Amino acid sequence: MSDCSSDENENDTILYRDRPEWKDVTPLKQDDGDEPVVAIDYTEAFEDCYDYFRAILKKKEISERALELTKTAAQLNSANYTVWQYRREILKGLGKDLNEELDYIQKVILKHSKNYQVWHHRRIIVEWLQDASKEKYLTETVLAKDAKNYHAWQHRQWVIRTFKLFDGELEYVDTLISDDVRNNSAWNQRYFVINNTTGFTDEVLDREIDYTLNHIKTVTENESAWNYLRGLLLHGKEGLSNNKKVTDFCEELYKSGNRSPFSLAVIVDMCFEQLNEGGGDSRYTPQRAKELCEELINKYDIIRANYWKHMIEMIDKTMKDENIESSN
Amino acid sequence: MATVIKDIEIQPNIPISVLFEKHANFIKEYGQKENSYEYGMTDYLRVSGMFWGLTALELMNTLPKQSKGEIAEYIKNCQDPESGGISACLQHDPHILHTLSAVQILCIYDNLNAIDLDGVVRYIASLQLSDGSFMGDKWGEVDTRFSFCAVATLALLNKLNAIDVNQAVEFVASCKNFDGGFGSRPLSESHAGLIYCCVGFLSITNRLDVVDRDTLAWWLCERQLPSGGLNGRPEKLPDVCYSWWVLSSLSILGRLHWIDAEALKKFILACQDTETGGFADRPGDVADPFHTLFGIAAMSLLGHESVQKVNPTFCMPQHVIDRLQLKPQMMID
Repeated sequence: MSDCSSDENENDTILYRDRPEWKDVTPLKQDDGDEPVVAIDYTEAFEDCYDYFRAILKKKEISERALELTKTAAQLNSANYTVWQYRREILKGLGKDLNEELDYIQKVILKHSKNYQVWHHRRIIVEWLQDASKEKYLTETVLAKDAKNYHAWQHRQWVIRTFKLFDGELEYVDTLISDDVRNNSAWNQRYFVINNTTGFTDEVLDREIDYTLNHIKTVTENESAWNYLRGLLLHGKEGLSNNKKVTDFCEELYKSGNRSPFSLAVIVDMCFEQLNEGGGDSRYTPQRAKELCEELINKYDIIRANYWKHMIEMIDKTMKDENIESSN
Repeated sequence: MATVIKDIEIQPNIPISVLFEKHANFIKEYGQKENSYEYGMTDYLRVSGMFWGLTALELMNTLPKQSKGEIAEYIKNCQDPESGGISACLQHDPHILHTLSAVQILCIYDNLNAIDLDGVVRYIASLQLSDGSFMGDKWGEVDTRFSFCAVATLALLNKLNAIDVNQAVEFVASCKNFDGGFGSRPLSESHAGLIYCCVGFLSITNRLDVVDRDTLAWWLCERQLPSGGLNGRPEKLPDVCYSWWVLSSLSILGRLHWIDAEALKKFILACQDTETGGFADRPGDVADPFHTLFGIAAMSLLGHESVQKVNPTFCMPQHVIDRLQLKPQMMID
């Protein structure tokens, strides 16, 4: 869960109970009531550190040594949110240089990048400083190792939106998508940027559709890109089935023999849309949709057979309703 | 370009049934090991950990009834008299995650009066912001997880009127994405765990009309991989906890049958540790109470006859939800 290596401070190897500057503090053992739910036997360093932590926390001591102790406590267990809260109270109380804190927390984040507490601590320090100049770099470092790290993306979105740092973001997203075209986080970020800047105007939509189709061309079985395409088309006036660029693309793909389930799914939905909205495109008939559903059920997406059966039922139901309507 | 799907391979020698006795022992012994370093390491999630373990035991019909008083006493001592919130363990600061877990545990034991309930209500209400969202604690982290915790806690106490529900719904609705899913905040990536929080939230507040039912349900069933396991986002590895987040959401949406249940069962069974008991995130990894609860709860949703019925909204035994006379919204055809 956490590693106990001590690269921060050589004092780490000395237990707190053996340090002269802590002689005046009586360590406070963990009290789990008279009948502990579970017996306790920590490793020595952990127990030593947290005994002193509890003691000074109780006194709410605001001092340099308390600040140093929170560092050890966080190193032993970075997910302990009380340690971070207390640390912030000390930082404030002592009026510490928060830039130093940013440097420190960066090291912790690089070690524990999937930890809510450290990211939140970072955010609060950035808020206190009102300086987000180091945040893009930090998140890029983390994302270079794990391009889908949810915490890093959340922090990056917060920073970009709060401090208006949208410049260059689309280019960054493009780099990530070029590295891994299936990176759903990057596609989501693309949407985030456009939504917060230009919005989905006709020109932007046109550009984005080209961009997405180009990427689908290289990898057709890519849920993220197909979903992004559907997301884009929600903003257009043409719906799913009347955008010529998209329909031509899908038809060509189909004719080339490609049977990506995502592509077939889009064609099914195009047919369904035409059925519901009375489009006149003879390529998109309910019969074709049902045939594709059958192929998905039996061959291309067997595991989701029940979903495709549901689609067939929906199509039948809509056809029946329309027949009743037209006969009335 | 070739298609590479991130997935795992299930070995042929996997267990073919749920190892109930082993799991019950695994949970009871968890933290009682000779070297209980883990116990100290996990104090920041103690009360939630108790919820995972105790709920799993109750779903397997092995809840230690005699622990009722002891557990209530522990939780009582974790309640902060000032704010009313409940902390992960003694001397920690209160947090909404543990406040919900504590209330859930006490509901299972039918022992709600052990704590200051007005205090809990006051605490939850104090965490709502003007945009309707909820903070996790006084330090201000905002996330749709906390929206779920807030309404789940209050619903269990029959005190939903203590907050601005309409505004809370608006915030959750603003976290809905173009793919039908939900993220932690507006325009954050869709994520199955957060989808559960948002769908659960809307189920409790009776506002499932906010959901694009079939778009979301399709996205959720796209989480199933050839191994049968479910991931939480596109191109991530399968994990037992998503068996719960995805399945419970699909249950609430009335679309549970859209996934291949047999294939998923096989994956979940493969995640059992046949030696120590307990479930791991994936076959071969170390088991823990978190994944054990979600493995067992998922088996319940899949209709395993030896597991008690679980409520998909609250992740609690259905008989408890019935006793509290709660009827979270479910979509049915």
